Amino acid sequence: MQELHLKLKEKFGEDVLGVHNQHGDETIVIKPAALIKIAQFLRDDSEYDMDFLMDLSAVDGLKLGWNPRFQVVYHFFSSKHTHRLRIKIPAADGGSVPSLTGLWAIANWFERECWDLLGVKFDGHPNLKRILLYEEFVGHPLRKDYPINKRQPLIGPGAPKKEAVK
Amino acid sequence: METVPQQNTGFVTSKLEEMIGWARKFSIFQYPFVTACCGMEYMATACAHYDVDRFGAGLPRFSPRQSDVLFVVGTISHKIAPVLKQIYDQMADPKWVVAFGVCTCTGGFYDNYSTVQGIDTIIPVDVYIPGCPPRPENVLDGLMKLQEKMQQQKQPM
Amino acid sequence: MSDLATEKNITGNNFPSPQAVKRETMMLNVGPSHPAMHGIVRMIVELDGETVQNADVEIGYLHRAFEKDSEQFGYLQVIPYTDRLNYVSPLINNIGYCMAVEKLFDLKAPERAQYIRVIMSELSRVSDHLTCIAASAMELGAFTVFLYMIKQREEIYQLVEEVTGARLTISYARVGGVKGDLPEGFEAKCHTVIKKTREVLRECDQLLTHNRIFVDRVKNVGIISQKDAISYSMTGPFLRSTGIDFDVRRATPYLVYDRFDFEIPVGSTGDCLDRYLVRMDEMEQSFRIVEQAYKQIPAGHVLVNEQGEVVKGEDLVDAAKMGETEGIVTKSATFDPTLAGYHKDNRAEVGTCNKRAAMPPKEETYSNIEGLMNHFKTVMVGHGTRPPAGEAYQAVEGANGELGFYVVSDGTGTPYRVRVRPPCFTIMAGLHKVVEGDSMADIIASFGSVNMIGGELDR
Repeated sequence: MQELHLKLKEKFGEDVLGVHNQHGDETIVIKPAALIKIAQFLRDDSEYDMDFLMDLSAVDGLKLGWNPRFQVVYHFFSSKHTHRLRIKIPAADGGSVPSLTGLWAIANWFERECWDLLGVKFDGHPNLKRILLYEEFVGHPLRKDYPINKRQPLIGPGAPKKEAVK
Repeated sequence: METVPQQNTGFVTSKLEEMIGWARKFSIFQYPFVTACCGMEYMATACAHYDVDRFGAGLPRFSPRQSDVLFVVGTISHKIAPVLKQIYDQMADPKWVVAFGVCTCTGGFYDNYSTVQGIDTIIPVDVYIPGCPPRPENVLDGLMKLQEKMQQQKQPM
Repeated sequence: MSDLATEKNITGNNFPSPQAVKRETMMLNVGPSHPAMHGIVRMIVELDGETVQNADVEIGYLHRAFEKDSEQFGYLQVIPYTDRLNYVSPLINNIGYCMAVEKLFDLKAPERAQYIRVIMSELSRVSDHLTCIAASAMELGAFTVFLYMIKQREEIYQLVEEVTGARLTISYARVGGVKGDLPEGFEAKCHTVIKKTREVLRECDQLLTHNRIFVDRVKNVGIISQKDAISYSMTGPFLRSTGIDFDVRRATPYLVYDRFDFEIPVGSTGDCLDRYLVRMDEMEQSFRIVEQAYKQIPAGHVLVNEQGEVVKGEDLVDAAKMGETEGIVTKSATFDPTLAGYHKDNRAEVGTCNKRAAMPPKEETYSNIEGLMNHFKTVMVGHGTRPPAGEAYQAVEGANGELGFYVVSDGTGTPYRVRVRPPCFTIMAGLHKVVEGDSMADIIASFGSVNMIGGELDR
């Protein structure tokens, strides 16, 4: 089956912001509000049958002048038809996008990582806390405006002084 | 030691120190604090082919209280740094630390927000083994350097 | 205790009746510095007696900012960072990343390079599975297997070293090909190592597969259902042990994998024993692929024909630095292809000729201005290898499952975003499902069968 993204555009025309097929990766950009609807359709429709949420990440478009600033990128895969589809949704800085935790269990950790590193919030996530970094960490390091070597050590030089235990 | 006459102390203690050093250097109980890639070379060194047991360091202990050499093997991130410090503090004296791999020596090419730039900012280090990862021969060389140090240092008793 | 009802039992002692005892679960912290947690994973386990009720897995202790680092350097400089993702099978990471960048370029590596990539990937896969089985068997008490397998892995490392110049952080793949050709006589050595490894595997198979002590510890332990495995996006041996025959090499073939005849071993129950068996069988399949690849690989220069006056590479460089450039164009340098990169004559076989993507052969760099400029243009900051703006996702079958690289390019010499889809991240996300209901000691077996690799889990 070819041209999944075009078929999807026909079906959900009003929710689709754009499609492209770069280097053979079929991609569709949709409105955040339609994400759950479309993801569920992709998962349950027998023609698509996207049973795997292979990857979830986000791209910070600060240096590219994107507005809204982020794009959350989903990679779906169907083990039955062995086809892949990429879905992208825009996300504003400080805004939030719907969570897919209700559809795929893996979305839980993927979204936590996305929040941890890029600060994209996910609505309806049951446990949105840091996963790779520690709670004391301030900021989101994978954002383009976070300097790469701004360290926030817990102990050792540069660590916040702990109050002496009385 | 109390029976040794005062005037002969220098001679006797130096011999005793040497003997203790000799005993210590060939009965290294190591604590492998393995986090990353270097662990693969650590395994290679510890196993049959390179056989670290020839140097009396064949018994890894996974309790800091039973071990006397802390092998810090692999990148130390800021998240795990307090754990490393705690493990070091739990070890009984006399204790030594080996920084295994360039990440532990200086941070290596991970000059970024998450990596500790050398574990010597947190705990004292006796031997640095550079390399990314160090070859097993290099590790054995480092181990022999540590043994030399153990032999020659003043023995805490 | 006073509020607990007591009753006299047969011996006349006062014991609380089982119904009256208040049942409480116990929270137990395992790791991060725990021998069976491989140093960097922490689990907070809720225990009811010995049975695991619930588990909370905490990761991130080896987060070393791979994705941030890759945004700082040129495309070629990211390759060494990819080595350290899955450091047990680094070649697969290298190749996966380079293929993603090639996809941005719409490039295809030369045929011989593709075969070399397949051969090296499969050797890597074997060393990964050897390490995984060895380590998990050791944690269950089978120390002999550990020593046997690590000894065998050592031989594979030596093979890899011969080709790449390093044992595990190899940086062998290049955008558009590989760094150098296979050295002379490599094929024969490879066959010898395969033969030996097969013997070791047979021996370990006899030691483990029908060993009651081992089987009792792994059979029906750490079961994951197909539905959960898919929902957690688990791939690789973990998914295959549940009976789904998904393998990227077969499902969406890359390189030349569609030309080989190999099987995808699957399990049935999704327990630790199945995962062990799947891994054992996969190694055999990897050997088969390597053997077929050697039969099909197109000929190429392994040692290069020299023309003109031959000087040693380093002498040529020294001479050029001293300004002794007279007659230098008639000279050609000899380089060790495994150390210095591909040789001029076999460039077309192991590396692309696209000058925007790949570095020129070293003798070009050192002997003429075009080569030097070409080299500069691919490595200098502000120039560099510059794929056209766009995005690409390339999946390869890593030793733990689907390893995906999602690379976004903005047209400059630095990747705008490199995202890795780490295979063991998804498995660790579902680990609490795997260990729930088992006893505390079974966590060791289950966790060992994950083959948790910190580099790719935390990146």
